[in-house]
Amino acid sequence: MSDMALLLWARGPGLQIALTVFIIGMLLKLFEIFSLGRKKDLSTPRPGKAWSGWKTIFSRSLPDRTLLKRTFPTYLMGYTFHIGFFIALLFFAPHIELFRKTVGLGWPALPTTLVDGVTLLSIVALLLMLGYRLYHPVKRFLSTFDDYASWALTMAPLLSGYLAVHHLLLPYTLMLAIHILSVELLLVFMPFTKLFHTVSLFISRWYNGDALGHKGARL
Amino acid sequence: MSASLERGLNAFREVMDAPIASFFNSCVHCGLCADACLFHTETGDPKYTPIHKLEPLRKLWKREYTVLGKLASLVGLGETVSDVELEEWSPLVYDSCTLCGRCTLVCPVGNDITYMIRKMREGMAAAGHAPAGLVEASRRTIELGSPMGIKLKAFMAQVHGQEEETGIEIPVDKAGTDYLVIMSSMEILGYPEYLGSLARIFRQAGISWTVSSEAFEATNSGIQIGVSDIARQIVSRVVDAAEQLGVKYVISPECGHAFSALRWEGPNLIGRPYKFEVVHVLELLDQLRKDGRLKTEGKTDKALTLHDPCQIVRRGGIVAEPRNLVNMVASDFREMEDPGMYNWCCGGGGGVSAITGAEELRFKVFRIKKRQIEGTGAGTMVTACANCRNVLEEGLEHYKMDTRMIGITELVAEHLKQEDAS
Repeated sequence: MSDMALLLWARGPGLQIALTVFIIGMLLKLFEIFSLGRKKDLSTPRPGKAWSGWKTIFSRSLPDRTLLKRTFPTYLMGYTFHIGFFIALLFFAPHIELFRKTVGLGWPALPTTLVDGVTLLSIVALLLMLGYRLYHPVKRFLSTFDDYASWALTMAPLLSGYLAVHHLLLPYTLMLAIHILSVELLLVFMPFTKLFHTVSLFISRWYNGDALGHKGARL
Repeated sequence: MSASLERGLNAFREVMDAPIASFFNSCVHCGLCADACLFHTETGDPKYTPIHKLEPLRKLWKREYTVLGKLASLVGLGETVSDVELEEWSPLVYDSCTLCGRCTLVCPVGNDITYMIRKMREGMAAAGHAPAGLVEASRRTIELGSPMGIKLKAFMAQVHGQEEETGIEIPVDKAGTDYLVIMSSMEILGYPEYLGSLARIFRQAGISWTVSSEAFEATNSGIQIGVSDIARQIVSRVVDAAEQLGVKYVISPECGHAFSALRWEGPNLIGRPYKFEVVHVLELLDQLRKDGRLKTEGKTDKALTLHDPCQIVRRGGIVAEPRNLVNMVASDFREMEDPGMYNWCCGGGGGVSAITGAEELRFKVFRIKKRQIEGTGAGTMVTACANCRNVLEEGLEHYKMDTRMIGITELVAEHLKQEDAS
């Protein structure tokens, strides 16, 4: 198969297969969770805290003040990676062009050099996160195959995208095909690995905040 | 599979719900919860990482509540939970978790780990892997009606003692009063002055109240061990007595988990809301202060610090009240590092203080409290939980610290305006 044929397959059938698995997988996982239900809490809630679940969805994105002083590296790497990843995904001009073509929605892009630098930072953060995972006693202790697989699945699109943009390592067409395929792989596995936290964390935060708010506890 | 293991796994299945499924899905193994847990920070042992304490429950969830897990188990793959494993996990689920809730507060993906530990204990107890100390407490609850084996006579002896001490008659089984006062087992045994202090405060504030000969004890070992049937039995006693007496409020004592048991878990255990309200004594005292019905005079100039009981503060939302009360009677109140909702546990909550085998570990993790206390330079520590107080006193003794301890109610009562209090 030629580079171009691979690229065409990735853009066509490949993407369709990946999106199908992704959507069905996500719906299945959400069904898995919500079908279990939650018992109604019969205790009288403290007043004025009905929004605690929704508030926690946002507030839990901020670092915990008391933990920051204990685990600064985890926070620093975590924020750098996540912010970098989303900037690369959502504010790189060719990506926005793709969204405009497929879903009809577009927004202004950030300058390419900025996205470029941020992507590199994100890649470095992700590399450090792997190193930290292997080095830190608790992280190493907790880690399973899922953690390393999810790391590779996340690193692949970032790295291949960066290499494609800079015409490094492989011919551009092939690298672009690899980039798109790596994104498709990420989509396929997202519902079935810890990468599902991208969706489930909103549910978890809501439940957590709702329970705390019910008791009038601070979030 | 043994019958007891099957009972345990069934209890796991019983507690499985959407929040738990979402929490297990969300964990990214970042390990931040370890740094929020005093059992990890003080030992450095990764096995005390809060989310790891739930591993058997997670395995069951994965196997039976996810499509991939179900497929894997069909072809004989995937992890199963064994009786040996549950036994191994007992020290993690009981000895080294006080249900303090710090991990729940810091988890970036929002996992309520404390909630899951509480639920997991249901399965551990059903499988026969609850620690002896808690099993004994539960047995006493069933046989004697009290986790610490306190009988009515012992309680009445304390009531009479406090009547003599204060010169105030303490109403027993008086129907139609506004408030029913119950005590924690630890208060009845070790700190009966709580009752006398309340009697003096209530006389000044003109509050109509009573104690009950049917329900005088709030401590709920059923919650701690994770047996809802026993928990329900203990809560029901208070509910029945309160509703028979027709009181408007039941005052939860200076006890953290008793408040959780009565205020939050109780209605869910008995399957209906109460016909009365549960108010924590700190909430009531602070309300009396706001209404001008609690009148004190003078302030101690001794340096005081405050230990926040987890279930009252972090998991009960009562943060400002104890501070208002302490500031009312003390001129040199010093906050610890990480105060209020972030405070570190005494190390003996959630039933841990009843587990004799966990004592060495408890003293080890007390070092964080020791540092907190020493950081303030205060010679007196105030708290609002008799269990915390007992655990703290043991820790202070263990480390030969000369910090004095006092309950808030007692502290406030010491400063009651004289003409009203005499």
